Amino acid sequence: SDDLVSLQAFSGTKGLSNNASVRFLGETMQAIYSENIFGRIFNGSGVPIDNGPGLTQEPKVAINGPTVNPVSRVLASRMIRTNIPMIDVFNCLVESQKIPIFSVAGEPFNKFLGRIGVQADADVVIFAGLGLIFDDYYSFKKMFEDAGVMSRTVMYVNLASDPVVERLMVPDLALAVAEKLAVEEGKRVLVLMTDMTAYADAMKEIGIAMEHIPSNRGYMGDLYSQLARRYEKACDFRGAGSVTILSVTTMPGNDVTHPVPDNTGYITEGQFYLHNGVIDPFGSLSRLKQHVIGKQTREDHSQIMNTMIRYYSEGVEAEQKQAMAFDLSEFDHKLLKFSQLFKQQFMRLDISMALEPALDACWVLLAECFDKEEVIIKQ
Amino acid sequence: KDVGDAITPLVKNEVVFICPQTIPGTKQEKLKAEVLRVRGRRADVQVYEDTTGVAIGDLVEQSGEMLSVELGPGLLSQVYDGLQNPLHRLEVMNGRFLLRGEVAAALDRNAKWAFVAKGRVKDQLKPGDVLGTVQEGRFTHKIMVPFLLRGTLTIEWIQEGTFPVETVIARLRDAKGRLHEVSMVQRWPVRVPLPVNLIKEGSSERKFPTQPIITTLRLIDTFFPIAKGGTGCIPGPFGAGKTVLQNLISRYSDVDIVIVVACGERAGEVVETITEFPKLQDPHTGGTLMDRTIIICNTSSMPVAAREASIYTGVTLGEYYRQMGYEVLLIADSTSRWAQAMRETSGRLEEIPGEEAFPAYLESSIRNLYERAGVIRTNDNSEGSLTLIGTVSPAGGNFEEPVTQGTLNTVKTFLGLTYERAYKRFYPAVDPLQSWSRYTEQLAPWFLENMGSSWLDGVAHINQLLIRGDEISRMMQVTGEEGVSQADFVIEQKSTLVDMVYLQQDAFDDVDVSTDINRQKHSFSLLVSIVDTEMVF
Ligand SMILES: Nc1ncnc2c1ncn2[C@@H]1O[C@H](COP(=O)(O)OP(=O)(O)O)[C@@H](O)[C@H]1O
Ligand SMILES: [Mg+2]
Ligand SMILES: [Mg+2]
Ligand SMILES: [Mg+2]
Ligand SMILES: [Mg+2]
Ligand SMILES: [Mg+2]
Repeated sequence: SDDLVSLQAFSGTKGLSNNASVRFLGETMQAIYSENIFGRIFNGSGVPIDNGPGLTQEPKVAINGPTVNPVSRVLASRMIRTNIPMIDVFNCLVESQKIPIFSVAGEPFNKFLGRIGVQADADVVIFAGLGLIFDDYYSFKKMFEDAGVMSRTVMYVNLASDPVVERLMVPDLALAVAEKLAVEEGKRVLVLMTDMTAYADAMKEIGIAMEHIPSNRGYMGDLYSQLARRYEKACDFRGAGSVTILSVTTMPGNDVTHPVPDNTGYITEGQFYLHNGVIDPFGSLSRLKQHVIGKQTREDHSQIMNTMIRYYSEGVEAEQKQAMAFDLSEFDHKLLKFSQLFKQQFMRLDISMALEPALDACWVLLAECFDKEEVIIKQ
Repeated sequence: KDVGDAITPLVKNEVVFICPQTIPGTKQEKLKAEVLRVRGRRADVQVYEDTTGVAIGDLVEQSGEMLSVELGPGLLSQVYDGLQNPLHRLEVMNGRFLLRGEVAAALDRNAKWAFVAKGRVKDQLKPGDVLGTVQEGRFTHKIMVPFLLRGTLTIEWIQEGTFPVETVIARLRDAKGRLHEVSMVQRWPVRVPLPVNLIKEGSSERKFPTQPIITTLRLIDTFFPIAKGGTGCIPGPFGAGKTVLQNLISRYSDVDIVIVVACGERAGEVVETITEFPKLQDPHTGGTLMDRTIIICNTSSMPVAAREASIYTGVTLGEYYRQMGYEVLLIADSTSRWAQAMRETSGRLEEIPGEEAFPAYLESSIRNLYERAGVIRTNDNSEGSLTLIGTVSPAGGNFEEPVTQGTLNTVKTFLGLTYERAYKRFYPAVDPLQSWSRYTEQLAPWFLENMGSSWLDGVAHINQLLIRGDEISRMMQVTGEEGVSQADFVIEQKSTLVDMVYLQQDAFDDVDVSTDINRQKHSFSLLVSIVDTEMVF
């Protein structure tokens, strides 16, 4: 057994015989890297699948490259505007952040992710689709094309019907190209990945096929390290650009303690919870927001954010009181009105609003619902 | 891998180097690895780096040494990876990426240190005894007889002056007549507790910890104290505030030296520490926090095997400064990532897995690690301590998993963070009803002397109030406020008051962030008097 090696066939092993021959290429997997990749769509082998011109002669970059030296990173300091108030006002996306959208099957997370891809003020958007069903793939592509942003976008797509081994390559292709663009071109790159649970499941499938010992619900003991290797590519490079990662992680059975969301939560810098068609303002957390709020954004940002969340939370309590048919005070009624309007004006997923008008709208809403003396804001 | 020739023995835990084939004319890479298992002439080794391109037939070089660190002046303020490569120097050498096989000396070979001899020719010394000192920033750094030597040694020659670390500063003759040249730098194998031989030979002695570390966090110092030279753990689900809590402890604790081991968590958090510490004043001595800190940084995307080693690297450096009589605090974030690194290696060795695929020796490894904390008294009558505090990241936030359980069976302070408290933004989200300190009795004399005779009773009294308050509040969730008696309602309100004004402490508020022990004494007695006040309606 000393001279046996294990191989993973990208296209699967259906129909392979034991006298098939193997040729070693003497190189590791590479991704095409040139200005001609913009607007193009690649599969998990890094081959274009959009019927565009061939790119075989273009320069390449090795995937799975070395880790950045931690001392070459700089502190996160710049916001990425998405024009989605639940993000920009309440949990800012910050350059170099890695943050997942925790959601469940059936929720409009892909539509939401696509909108961020269209609206985010990044130089480059790199999309990584993992085990996408065709209709979702089509919708992403159409959304980017219709919005006219394809020229700043590169897509790597592994469809649900594509080989599982290729699925494992997609994040590495996307991140290698993203890193290169940030380091060599100084670009502010936003990487969108969906669905990382499908990616983790692909790792599980391969691990079990290799007869490795699983640690938890079939996932291998290195799930954390494998995910972290990818997510940690998010980085603000000193003297160069940055890579930011926004991903989707669906929670099987809506269970956040499932190994995939659990390990992801330990790795990432906060999370956005998407349930019942809205971003939950309580469970969602951007751990990097304090680096930009009030520093890069308007002075009143921090106070208004805290005040709105406090009243919304009291509003939700008032709703519960109402549901249990308890007596409601006059102030409770004000809170009820506030939380209703808050949902309509800020939480709906289709709302687009720049940060400053959104902050102004917060003041207007507070004024509409409460008397001046009732609004307690720390000076 | 097959290592060694027919003559050189294969030694478990020896460091070897794998030399992959290179294109002629390019530099030979050498990948550091550790022998984990020896079977006859075969050994299994774990490579500390990416193994791409390693092939059968590659040359393996034996180092003759177990995984070791360099000890000497210049360790403070450094940022090292898990194998003690200085990250700033690697950046100067190789740019922004960590290239495989690239190493740098832990201590700067060009820096010069003014050595003042304490020993004289003909002095008889034991390993660990002081030969002389150098000034390392605001610390007096003792240059000690190498810990690896044995028996009594006689100084044959010693010189004073300003030298680089590798200059020979003394020659010592051992009992067998062999001569040893000693410089300001010595090495020690990280997996072996540093004072083992010193204790065996009677030149160092372990002492029972009797003083608390003052963290200035009210909840810890008042309710769940940790002894200097003691151990503690901080388990909690993601986002509950483990890292923030550890950072606070590392900033404000009344210790001389802090070692931060960033073990398998985010690089971004280390960047925060590296950026902020040089700007922050040490509240106790005035210099910057960085002057007294060593950072061991083996974050989650750095090699996993080196992550396993990183904690031992940190502990060894801590033991070294303790040996000089300093009070050292080591914080490790997170020990679960260290345990997972062990699990990955164990899986590769195809060892029979225990619970959740962790190796069967998980618990004993945890114990051996925390046992390296402690108070040490040395030959020159100085006393130093090493306090060890680790975070634990339990899968699914469930404390029943093996790493949390193994840790709870070992450490003497448990600060359990809960999702519920973090969700309510009750920071630090330590659950006072779940957490415990087994130091209360041991430290009682200190509290008696420093906090007054009523302190411990007060703490016990408030603890009871919290327990009772929790019972009543759970009852109220079912029955509503009206469903409990007025007396119970008052108890519940008092217990909430304790929580709000004393247990909770805002890390981002300039004043609240740190409460010194005198202020704790006063505000706690005020709190007790409020709680003891009869409420009249
Ligand atoms: N003591 C505290 N005071 C104020 N905020 C805190 C405190 N502890 C934690 N937080 C908040 O919780 C977030 C997550 O804390 P962190 O220590 O990174 O969690 P963990 O390490 O347990 O995943 C922080 O970014 C901060 O916003
Ligand atoms: Mg895991
Ligand atoms: Mg930058
Ligand atoms: Mg943490
Ligand atoms: Mg943090
Ligand atoms: Mg001392």
